[in-house]
Formats: sequence, structure tokens, C-alpha cells
Amino acid sequence: MGFGTIFFNPDVIAQYLPAILGALWVTVWLSVVITATGLVLGAALAALRTTGLRVLAWPVILFADLLRALPPLVLILILYFGLPSLGLTLPALAVLWIVLSLVLAAFAEEIFWAGITALPRGQWEAGAATGLGRPAVLAHIIFPQALRMGIPSLVNRALTISKTTALGSVIGVKEVVSVAGSAQSTSGSATPLTMAALAYLVILVPAMIASRRIERRFAYQP
Amino acid sequence: MDAFLDAFFNLDIMRQALPLLLKGAAMTLKLCAVVIGLGLAGGLALALATGARTRALRWPALGFIDLFRALPPLVLLVFVYSGLPFAGLRLSPFGAVAVAFLLNNSAYFAEIFRAGINSIPRGQMEAARATGLSRGQAMASVILPQAIRNVLPDLMSNVVEVVKLTSLASVVSLGELLYSANMARAVTYNSSPLILAAAMYLVVLWPLVRVISRFQRGLAIH
Amino acid sequence: MTASPPPMLEIVALEKRFGDNTVLRAIDLKVTKGELVFVIGPSGSGKSTMLRCCNRLEEPTGGAILVEGQPMLGIPQRMLDQMRLKVGMVFQGFNLYPHMSVQRNVMLAQMKALKRPRAEAARRALQELERVGLAHKAEAMPGSLSGGQQQRVAIARALALDPRVMLFDEPTSALDPELVGSVLQAMRELRERGMTMLVVSHEMAFARAAADRVVFMDGGVIVEQGTPDEIFGAPKSERLRAFLSRVQGEAA
Repeated sequence: MGFGTIFFNPDVIAQYLPAILGALWVTVWLSVVITATGLVLGAALAALRTTGLRVLAWPVILFADLLRALPPLVLILILYFGLPSLGLTLPALAVLWIVLSLVLAAFAEEIFWAGITALPRGQWEAGAATGLGRPAVLAHIIFPQALRMGIPSLVNRALTISKTTALGSVIGVKEVVSVAGSAQSTSGSATPLTMAALAYLVILVPAMIASRRIERRFAYQP
Repeated sequence: MDAFLDAFFNLDIMRQALPLLLKGAAMTLKLCAVVIGLGLAGGLALALATGARTRALRWPALGFIDLFRALPPLVLLVFVYSGLPFAGLRLSPFGAVAVAFLLNNSAYFAEIFRAGINSIPRGQMEAARATGLSRGQAMASVILPQAIRNVLPDLMSNVVEVVKLTSLASVVSLGELLYSANMARAVTYNSSPLILAAAMYLVVLWPLVRVISRFQRGLAIH
Repeated sequence: MTASPPPMLEIVALEKRFGDNTVLRAIDLKVTKGELVFVIGPSGSGKSTMLRCCNRLEEPTGGAILVEGQPMLGIPQRMLDQMRLKVGMVFQGFNLYPHMSVQRNVMLAQMKALKRPRAEAARRALQELERVGLAHKAEAMPGSLSGGQQQRVAIARALALDPRVMLFDEPTSALDPELVGSVLQAMRELRERGMTMLVVSHEMAFARAAADRVVFMDGGVIVEQGTPDEIFGAPKSERLRAFLSRVQGEAA
């Protein structure tokens, strides 16, 4: 059996293509939903931190530290296997969504916060001096600038978290890796694994090229 | 509350699981040493290759970096562990994990080194060459020390990612920290070993995450 | 002609093209031992490019560069590194290594390229720093120095390698006016010690006072050259007259 037929067996490709494409769709929309949830939550947490109130800031810092330091798979296993013993059973999909959104939120919060602290005090003062309240200054003056500064890092983190959805295979979410894995064992061929790798490349290589372009565009602060 | 403590913070179970988890932690450390050590070396070599004059070096290096950054590490791991045996190449779980994560992380480290090298103004290389230093000498004495200092937070951040990443090795039954903890959970029907594993990750990674945060803020203010 | 030693630096029919754009055309220039040659001209005239061709920071597309009669072009990389030791260069932007102390800046190439022992390199570095009046800053980091001090360190860094020729690429253009004097002073002392120098600069007063010869470039060619008196006192070409009146207009 040649190298080609091991990793690119046309019959196997034909047989499993619909299943892999279906799984790719799951991966893509999961990534989109997780990215959206994570970014919004991260921005909200950074906003809480700008209040300067310790009761609000410290829990945010603690949350961001923990979720950046812990391997996501540890959290996935704890939620998936631990919560049922408290009488709360979450579907695998929900566990994946919650954990990865929280992880992204932690990173996003740090990125937003770094941007916010990088802005000169004068930006807050100028806003206040023109009669804007704190929330309005945050929303219209501070946050847009912090977002702009953070875009390259945020794009990178969003791509990373999209790749992390592959962890769903461990708890049985029917995304690309798990579908390809079971296809590999039922077909007795390595071809589904190649298909899985290619499926990611099709989505992620263009995304990475785009992110490089974005990085270059936002490389310098205005 | 008691149910919660019993499910997640059962000290007896933790005590029983501790020896197993420590053994797992030793494996995690061994894996980290290999992947970080060789990943840094490989990443540096790749980064230098992307700056080479000949296309024959530059393009394969760039292709390698993009390819292995685009693939989720889990996909790589499954491919190496379950796919390559079809081509007659059977690796031990440790070998498979080391190879897969090395491919992935030398690409990440390379991208970081590359950014660092590109951040050094042209004049530095010119000044060094004008004083008779060879390209290699200029790289080693003038460019790299500055480049590495510029990207130190990113390098540290990737080291944290590697440590977290090794938890994926549990998928191929390599007895590292998370695998051991999950075994203990399955045997005891209790999630406390997972919490203990989480605590062990935190002991190592939390301080690093703190330092990185401080670094990034310092740079942002700059 | 036959018996006289070759010029310290000789540029023969130098040409530099970027794609279709020719920035240097048929440049011929000789700098003899101990001579200070000043190159003036409007920006974009190719004078910096010419200077950078002399140690091949810019790769010429035609012609020859000779240092003490030895070719700079068409030689193996290792030989080029050796030849570059004969040609010291001072940049507009100083280009000191920000991660090393002042003394280490001056020691690096001595140790790596000349293979001098560390102790000797350190001693020599101090000696050169002393000459530019900065021995007391040996331990300082470049970032803590003024622009004028940084440029004098850069001069010391080049001189520690015993170059035969020194190239200066607009050495004072990046400096605040009050710091220019100290750098010009260092150059003047260097000239008095007999160093051969090729200087691209806008310091017309300095050119007038210190140069042996002034070369006027425009549009990638040498338009006119002569003594300072000839160039500044009796310019022959219309282009030079226009340039001088523009520059003097700015100065006034």
C-alpha cells in the first residue's frame, strides 16, 4: 500500500467527506459563538476593573489569573465529570462552550486592560472636562482606543481558542477531531485524520494570513 | 455545601491520589523539559532560516511555521499517534506527544523569535557589519540579545502554554498529571483528584502568569 | 604615477541602480592619505548611497571600490569582513548597541572581528573613549547619553579597530544644534592626527574650515569638485550656485 492510499484513499475520502464537512461546520460555529461570548465577557470584566473598586477589581484579576494558568482540559473534565455529582449535568457542548468562552474572556480582559492602562490620563480627563459621565467616557473614548491597540492580540487569541475546540473530542462533542477519530477506527484507514488536518488548514491558513495583515495594519498606535 | 466539598475537596481521596499525581507531575515536567528545550532551539533555528538569503531555506521555514501554527496540537497528536502507524511508523505515547508538540511549538517559538528579530532597527546590523563582524557574529552578539529581550514576555507566555498543552497527552494515555488525575477520578468516582491536579498546575503557572501580566503592562506604558 | 602609493580610497565608475532607477552614475573619486573630502549636495543626490557603497552596506551594481589598492567588490564574504575593518563608519543615527555598556560597544568588534584579547580590547576602548572625552562614561548605557555623546562613542567604536579610512554619513544631522560642536571637535582632532576621511554632511562652515576638497553631487553624479575656496567662493556650475544659495538662504 503506497503512501498516497494510506493518507489519501479516495474511497475513504468519498465515504467520510459529508461527515467531516458536517463536523467542520460544528467546529466553525462553535468557534464563532465562543469567540463572541469570550470577547464580550472580557470587555465587561475590563470595564468592571476600571471602576477602581477593589471588591470588583480583585475577583476579576483572580478570575483572569486562574483561567489563564489552568489547562482548559482540566476545567473541561472538572465541569463535565464533577458537576453531575452536584446533580447538575451539562451537555458536552455546553461544557465546551462555557469553559472556552471563560478562558478567552480571561485573556481578552487582560488585553483590554493593558490597552486601557496604556492610554494617557488626559483621555479620561478630556472626556470628563467635556461633560461626559464615566460610562460615556469609557464607552466612547477609552474603550475604542483600547480595542484598537488590542486587536492583533485579540485576533491571535480568538484563533487559538478556535483550535482549542478540538478538545471537545475528549468529551464526545461531534467536532472535526472526534468525527475523524471514529471514522479512522471504523474505516481502518489514516485518511480521515488527513482530512481532519486539511479541514483545519482550509479554515485557519486564510485566517492566519488575514491576521498577519491585521497585525501589520494595527502595528503602530495612532 | 457538604455535597460540594465532598465532591471536589475530599481530602481523604486527595491524599490517596497524591502519590499517583506526583508521578504524573514528574512526567509532565519531563515532557515540558523536552518540548520547551528543543522547541526553543528549533524555533530559533527556524527564525534564523526565515531571515536567510536563499529562498531554499526561507520558504520551507516559513511554510513549516504557518503549517504547524495552523494545525491544532490535538490534531497533530492524533495524527502522529494514530495516523503514522498506518505508514509503519509507530511511536511510544511519549515519543508521539514529544514529536507532535515539538512540531507545534518550534513553530510558535520561531514566530516569536522572528518578531523579535524584526523589531531591531536595520542600523544595528549595519553598524555591526561595518565594524567587520560577520553576519553570524552580528546576529549572536548584537541582534539576538536585543531581540530576545524584546520578546521575553511572549516567550514566557508560550512556556506557560506548553505546560498547559502537555495536559493533552492524557488523550493518548501518557501518564502525565492530568491523565493520572483522571484515572484517580474514574477509580474513586470523585472529582477531587482533578481539583488537586488543577492546584498543582496553579502552583507552577500562577506566578508565571502574574509576572507576564506585569511585563505586558510595563511594555504597554512604555 | 607609477611610484606613488595607491590612494587610500578609490571609487571607479561606480554605478548603483534600484530596478530601473539609477541613483549613482559613473562616480570617480580618489581620497589620498590624510585627506578630508567633504561631499555636499541636495537630499536624494545619492551622496549617502555612495558612502554606503564604499563598505558595501549598499551593493554597487557596477564599477569598483578600492581601499589601499585592494578591491572591496567581488571578494569572498570572509575577506569582505576583513576589508570592512579598514573602513570605519559613523552613522547619522549613531547605531550604538543599546544592550551593552559604552565600553562594551567599543570592545565588541575588537574581540570578535580583530580577535584582540579582552583585556587589550578593554584598555584600547578606554583609550579611544578618553580621546573623545567620554572615558568617564565607560560604564554607562548608551540610552543615558546625549546624542552628541552617543555619536562620539560611535566614533571611538570605529577608531578602536584602527581603520585606514573613516566614512561619516551625516554625523550631525540627528543632533540638537548645541550638541553638534562636540562631534565636529572630535572630527577635527581626528583630522589633525592624519586620518583619511570621507564626510557626507550639511555642515558647510565646517567644510569650509576643515576640508581639503569638497565634492558636489546632484542627481547621482559628481557635478563639481575643488578646494573649499573654489566650491564656496567661485562655483562654476549653475546647479551648485542654486544649491549654495538655497542652503545659505536657510542658514540666514
